[in-house]
Amino acid sequence: MALKMVKGSIDRMFDKNLQDLVRGIRNHKEDEAKYISQCIDEIKQELKQDNIAVKANAVCKLTYLQMLGYDISWAAFNIIEVMSASKFTFKRIGYLAASQCFHEGTDVIMLTTNQIRKDLSSPSQYDTGVALTGLSCFVTPDLARDLANDIMTLMSHTKPYIRKKAVLIMYKVFLKYPESLRPAFPRLKEKLEDPDPGVQSAAVNVICELARRNPKNYLSLAPLFFKLMTSSTNNWVLIKIIKLFGALTPLEPRLGKKLIEPLTNLIHSTSAMSLLYECVNTVIAVLISLSSGMPNHSASIQLCVQKLRILIEDSDQNLKYLGLLAMSKILRTHPKSVQAHKDLVLQCLDDKDESIRLRALDLLYGMVSKKNLVEIVKKLMSHVDKAEGTTYRDELLTKIIDICSQCNYQHITNFQWYISVLVELTRLEGTRHGHLIAAQMLDVAIRVKAIRKFAVSQMSALLDSAHLVASSTQRNGICEVLYAAAWICGEFSEHLQEPHQTLEAMLRPKVTTLPGHIQAVYVQNVVKLYASILQQKEQAAEPEAAQEVTQLMVDRLPQFVQSADLEVQERASCILQLVKHIQKLQAKDVPVAEEVSALFAGELNPVAPKAQKKVPVPEGLDLDAWINEPPSDSESEDEKPKAIFHDEEQRQAKQRQPEADEEELARRREARKQEQANNPFYIKSSPSPQKRYQDVPGVEHIPVVQIDLSVPLKVPGMPMSDQYVKLEEERRHRQRLERDKKRKKKKDKDKKGKPRRHGSLHTESDDDLAPAQQVDIVTEEMPENALPSDEDDKDPNDPYRALDIDLDKPLADSEKLPVQKHRNAETSKSPEKEDVPVVEKKVKKPKKKDKKHREKEREKKEKGKEARKSSKHKKKKHKKEKEERSKDKKKSKKKKPPGDEAAEPVENGALDEEPLPPMSSYCLLAENSYIKMTYDIQGSLQKDSQVTVSVVLENQSSSFLKNMELNVLDSLNTKLARPEGSSVHDGVPVPFQLPPGISNEAQFVFTIQSIVMAQKLKGTLSFIAKNDEGSTHEKLDFKLHFSCTSYLVTTPCYSDAFAKLLESGDLSMSSIKVDGISMSFQNLLAKICFHHHFSVVERVDSCASMYSRSIQGHHVCLLVKKGEKSVSVDGKCSDSTLLSNLLEEMKATLAKC
Amino acid sequence: MIQAILVFNNHGKPRLVRFYQRFPEEIQQQIVRETFHLVLKRDDNICNFLEGGSLIGGSDYKLIYRHYATLYFVFCVDSSESELGILDLIQVFVETLDKCFENVCELDLIFHMDKVHYILQEVVMGGMVLETNMNEIVAQIEAQNRLEKSESPQL
Repeated sequence: MALKMVKGSIDRMFDKNLQDLVRGIRNHKEDEAKYISQCIDEIKQELKQDNIAVKANAVCKLTYLQMLGYDISWAAFNIIEVMSASKFTFKRIGYLAASQCFHEGTDVIMLTTNQIRKDLSSPSQYDTGVALTGLSCFVTPDLARDLANDIMTLMSHTKPYIRKKAVLIMYKVFLKYPESLRPAFPRLKEKLEDPDPGVQSAAVNVICELARRNPKNYLSLAPLFFKLMTSSTNNWVLIKIIKLFGALTPLEPRLGKKLIEPLTNLIHSTSAMSLLYECVNTVIAVLISLSSGMPNHSASIQLCVQKLRILIEDSDQNLKYLGLLAMSKILRTHPKSVQAHKDLVLQCLDDKDESIRLRALDLLYGMVSKKNLVEIVKKLMSHVDKAEGTTYRDELLTKIIDICSQCNYQHITNFQWYISVLVELTRLEGTRHGHLIAAQMLDVAIRVKAIRKFAVSQMSALLDSAHLVASSTQRNGICEVLYAAAWICGEFSEHLQEPHQTLEAMLRPKVTTLPGHIQAVYVQNVVKLYASILQQKEQAAEPEAAQEVTQLMVDRLPQFVQSADLEVQERASCILQLVKHIQKLQAKDVPVAEEVSALFAGELNPVAPKAQKKVPVPEGLDLDAWINEPPSDSESEDEKPKAIFHDEEQRQAKQRQPEADEEELARRREARKQEQANNPFYIKSSPSPQKRYQDVPGVEHIPVVQIDLSVPLKVPGMPMSDQYVKLEEERRHRQRLERDKKRKKKKDKDKKGKPRRHGSLHTESDDDLAPAQQVDIVTEEMPENALPSDEDDKDPNDPYRALDIDLDKPLADSEKLPVQKHRNAETSKSPEKEDVPVVEKKVKKPKKKDKKHREKEREKKEKGKEARKSSKHKKKKHKKEKEERSKDKKKSKKKKPPGDEAAEPVENGALDEEPLPPMSSYCLLAENSYIKMTYDIQGSLQKDSQVTVSVVLENQSSSFLKNMELNVLDSLNTKLARPEGSSVHDGVPVPFQLPPGISNEAQFVFTIQSIVMAQKLKGTLSFIAKNDEGSTHEKLDFKLHFSCTSYLVTTPCYSDAFAKLLESGDLSMSSIKVDGISMSFQNLLAKICFHHHFSVVERVDSCASMYSRSIQGHHVCLLVKKGEKSVSVDGKCSDSTLLSNLLEEMKATLAKC
Repeated sequence: MIQAILVFNNHGKPRLVRFYQRFPEEIQQQIVRETFHLVLKRDDNICNFLEGGSLIGGSDYKLIYRHYATLYFVFCVDSSESELGILDLIQVFVETLDKCFENVCELDLIFHMDKVHYILQEVVMGGMVLETNMNEIVAQIEAQNRLEKSESPQL
């Protein structure tokens, strides 16, 4: 063995370490790949050895090779081996490699669960830290589910280093296992107020990430964050919180109002640019949310714009960039304030920095008007010519189109100009946006009737010079414009001047090199063109010319019939036959033009893109209902044997079926989907073509050859948009002159009448600009009674949607985190009768639920104000109704608010009210230098003579604690539930061990007979403490106090039921009064709810009715009234002893307030 | 969230590649190359933010980088991170490297990629900022180095 060790270390001396590997690679520059493959072979040898140091070294080298692009997933198992090394040095190497190369598809990852769990509970904080860091990179849904509880425990670790890592990783756990969010959230919230700033910052970080995706669920945290914002000095935390508020304000305008002032102060006071910038950003978000009806915030807008202008003018390009970015946000709601800085924006358009130019482009969108559109676009066009990178050029292109087409082309006065701009844009080499240009051409030509003639002439020119557009590169998107050109020329062929020439152009052999879908459009439109030529010729009585055209068609169409593209082929074949038929008729001198034209009669109208979706479903049509019941193979299989054999098993199977139903349905649904996916005839829902285009990975990265032409491509006959600038100016000038003339005339007339106001005389407003053509922009058609739903933009695959979870709802049974340890506990504790585990389970689940439930209750208290306020608004609306109804209400003996106004002070303090101090239901049981025990007792309504005691054991020493056993001295009334076969003197083992600094929770069941009196039980915890010096037996005595409160279970009660209960009259009554209370009523109630398991039935001003129920079914009703510095509690209960004991306990609690 | 952290030199050689979202190795290399070409074109006196890292994320993502002597430090982040904050974070990371390696230079990163990773792990965890206080980061690194030293065989 020793020899082997020595041999191992000698071997190691000859092995390459990471440095040697790097050096080697640097020395083999010319045959690097070969050298590395040699190294990989060596590494494979090293991995086969038993020595963990050798393995770790090999894995370390692999991590380096991974960075160079080598796949190292083949070594996944070895990596896990190194991860499980006992030495930190190796463990760290293993986890690093895992974090670099493990992912959800790594099959061995499931082997790591136990190793990670072990490392998480390791006594060394760095082992735990390394495991957390590694896990954060490769956590899978399975790992998240299995380890969620362990990580949650670590959130309360004694070391802040571990706490902050555990808090951060929870976000990843939530993402992979959304069910964990609700159980873990209370603790996460607690961490917002952790004493360690690092932990606090981590918690803020996680909640900000969560809230960013689903802000509405986190509104209730606003007061807490508000407090943090005003108290924290950490800029990182401040920035995160301020960003979070930016996400919350759109949902809650009142929050925004509160924020404006502190944020403005911060803007004035802070020296940190990053903070200033985020403040400005959030103020903008607030202003946007307030934009309607809040004119007195113009000062804030001015402040923001001013500060941003300073940023933009700064010499630091980063600030300039961010300034423009924020400016574009203001633009959306307050365009006027931004337009004042047009000079600045235009100046930035010439900046040498592309990022800044792009941002300036964004702003330009809001700067255009009828007046300056032509000028701005001209400037952009010159940039297009100069631009080097395709990204920037493409961006320019889309921006030009965006700017021009915005708001239904409202800024365009001259569509001839616009068409020529579009045509000019087709000269762009290598742009990806051919389809955009094409879409614009089509849109304009269809919707602006007046421009069709011009458009058609331009398009025919484009078709004529198609070789220029399509020649160089077929793969570039610009040939898409031919699609539009062909369609426009075909559809509006009546406007063509030289239809024959265009027909020739569309039938050139070169066309067959175009993409299939464009050819298809060519073929279809050739016929339209043909039809119109026929008509022309026949009208002109030139049958020979008509026959010539037909001959041309017959000659040229076969080239399309041979196309590899199905669509083209099919259309061409049909049309060829049609034309041949026409030819025959023509030969017999039959006039055919009428009939051929009839093929394309009628006009195509533009349809809104969403029209199809908005067609309302007719009444009585259920799209989800089966037309025929689906044949289900599984059912028939089940039924057949049943009819023949009536044995036990079958019956059981049948009974089980309804349970599995849900699952079965899901499975079937999946199977159906699968089938549909494989069925070529099933029309799948697919993303829109445009989107798909973007989604294809790598499309953008096809290197586009840049052709450097010294002479700009100018196609003869193509319009130059520049000439329109001049024309436009002239036109406007003319218009102005004419107008002036008219005015003069008018003025002459007016002179006799009232004197005209000044000012309006020579300013030319936008509206004065008359368009060059009579433009009739056809709106897109929508179906009749279209549904006004706008929810069609949500992406169903959004991973964050799963985290859209209501955090204020109480936890349900099914929601607890899977806990491996507790499962062990159950089996070890209860090997008694068969039904005992079931009992225990039942007790435990509601216990956990109730605990959480109460914590939720507390949250609700804070949040409740929000809800109440909104209900108050409702109340006001229905005030009249209410007054009518108030008579009925008096019957029910309940106190109603005296008036809405009176309730006001309680309700509008959403942010001012002091938050509750953190409360814990766990109280100290006993403590010594080794261990600290805290406990909580929970009852359940299902079990009338049982309670569960949860004991949290925290190891306070540096020893390892094991063999823990808990025992109590049973009383006649209360007994500890022990495993079967053990005597009353045996203890119950605690199902876990405790490394130093770790705490964990154990649960014990007690049976109880009478619950009307409180009780105390003596007990002992014995354990073995093991440290470096050896192990010792230790014990700790305690007294377990079963208060009457612990037999109560928080049960909600409706006010009607509550009133009936009080009226029934079989309750005994008692009351107490406590003086000297300074706590707010709100918090007081929260305390009673939390510590005494009550729920508020109704609250009016400083008076509240509360309800709770004992595990044995006693009803307990309270009326709590707050006076000056005192509180009185009147109680009614079906058992008078219980009531008086409860009130005594409550008195003790209240006295502490 | 931070999507990726890349460090490469003026010739595009990767020195540290840390993705917080799974990409196959060849795509990772492609992203590094693409990012390198994007930042290479940029002068030192223009802004440190960059859109158009089209391989990662989408419009929500930005590249934020700093150029030190022979090395580029590039962070790819989404809109939940403050741009200026991340610039500061890069500075913190580099200063930490400087402290841990005592006058860091490219060679340190070349030969001690593993250590650079360990340092980064104390700054960013799973794509989220873990610690921004340099003293705290350095203290944790040193404690771990001590632990490592105590484990290595005394020869």
